[in-house]
Amino acid sequence: MSNALDLSAPVSGILLGFGFGFVLERAGFGSGCKLTAQFRLTDWSVFKVMFTAIVFAAVGLYALELGGLVDASRMYVPSPYLWAIAAGGAAIGAGFAVGGYCPGTAMVGITTGRVDAMVFFIGLLVGTFAFASLFPWLEPLTTAGELTKGDRLPQLLGLPEWLVLAILVGAAIGVFYLGGWFERRARSTPHALETQSSHH
Amino acid sequence: MFTPSIPVCDPPERPYWPNLLAGFALGLVLLLTFVLTGHGLGATGFTTRLSAWLGESVLPAWTLKNDYLGSFLEDGPVLSSWISWQVLGVFAGGLASAWLAGRMRWRIEGAASAGRGTRLLKAVVGGILAGFGARIAAGCTSGVGLSGSAVLGVAGFVFLGAFFAAGLLVSRLTGGGVQ
Repeated sequence: MSNALDLSAPVSGILLGFGFGFVLERAGFGSGCKLTAQFRLTDWSVFKVMFTAIVFAAVGLYALELGGLVDASRMYVPSPYLWAIAAGGAAIGAGFAVGGYCPGTAMVGITTGRVDAMVFFIGLLVGTFAFASLFPWLEPLTTAGELTKGDRLPQLLGLPEWLVLAILVGAAIGVFYLGGWFERRARSTPHALETQSSHH
Repeated sequence: MFTPSIPVCDPPERPYWPNLLAGFALGLVLLLTFVLTGHGLGATGFTTRLSAWLGESVLPAWTLKNDYLGSFLEDGPVLSSWISWQVLGVFAGGLASAWLAGRMRWRIEGAASAGRGTRLLKAVVGGILAGFGARIAAGCTSGVGLSGSAVLGVAGFVFLGAFFAAGLLVSRLTGGGVQ
């Protein structure tokens, strides 16, 4: 029954994407400087915002499932090819540290007029072509390290879902305290004061 | 009494949202995405399809023969996918937010300290690493790290661990990122 008038994908895609882009820009994640300050440990916004969002969505999905409003078993969970995920995640982390963005935040950086974000975006396409060219050799890596114990934390750890969520909430609060401590320390280092006074 | 601010980045034209507010708002968008579509948010699903589309336009023989990009071209128009609409929305949402906050300004961020050429070279190298890595992991910080962790996926947390460990290390080795 599919036909050309099915607008659900365009409408939900544009609306949800709009929210995603809007919030990322509001968080300051269009700025490569603010983003990479996470790895300098002077601004923990990336950790804090991501952890809060993950915990909010995870608890929300759990609550909606308890209320019978969603079927959580039908939600897409990425395949646990752990070596592939670790290798790819490390390459993206390295690219973030060098280039200043990750793929989604580069798009937001572009909307704020950052030319470096545009150049990063072009790099994404070059990297995709490089991968495609080497695909015959890389294909085994893309499914390496499959975890067979289950693709979600509750199954892997053998813990009930509510307990995993409680641990995550605790971890998120810990990230806020730890990040706050590092941020206060960064503000009071001699380097910070020196740069500050050089503006006078 | 002056209150010192972290001096590394230029202050934004108007303050960003506090972390907690931004985190809850991002979590709400992510939750709505799962409820309405059954999957999370993404980014490189689009850049991969864009690469396949560009390849088909410029190097059709090579792209169709390529085992990876060619597979995206088998099921009709390659850009006709939910992720393309979502990325269009990301650009629109980013533009709206930046415009409303007066944060839209042409610039090369980090050029003042690194030099224009070095900064842009680092940006393209970083983009290549990220584009390459996202194909190995079958997703990026949004698709695997954020969305995968929100459904308590092991892949999501392994991604975030590797992402942050490598980021911290490479940041130390390459001068600390964009400043």
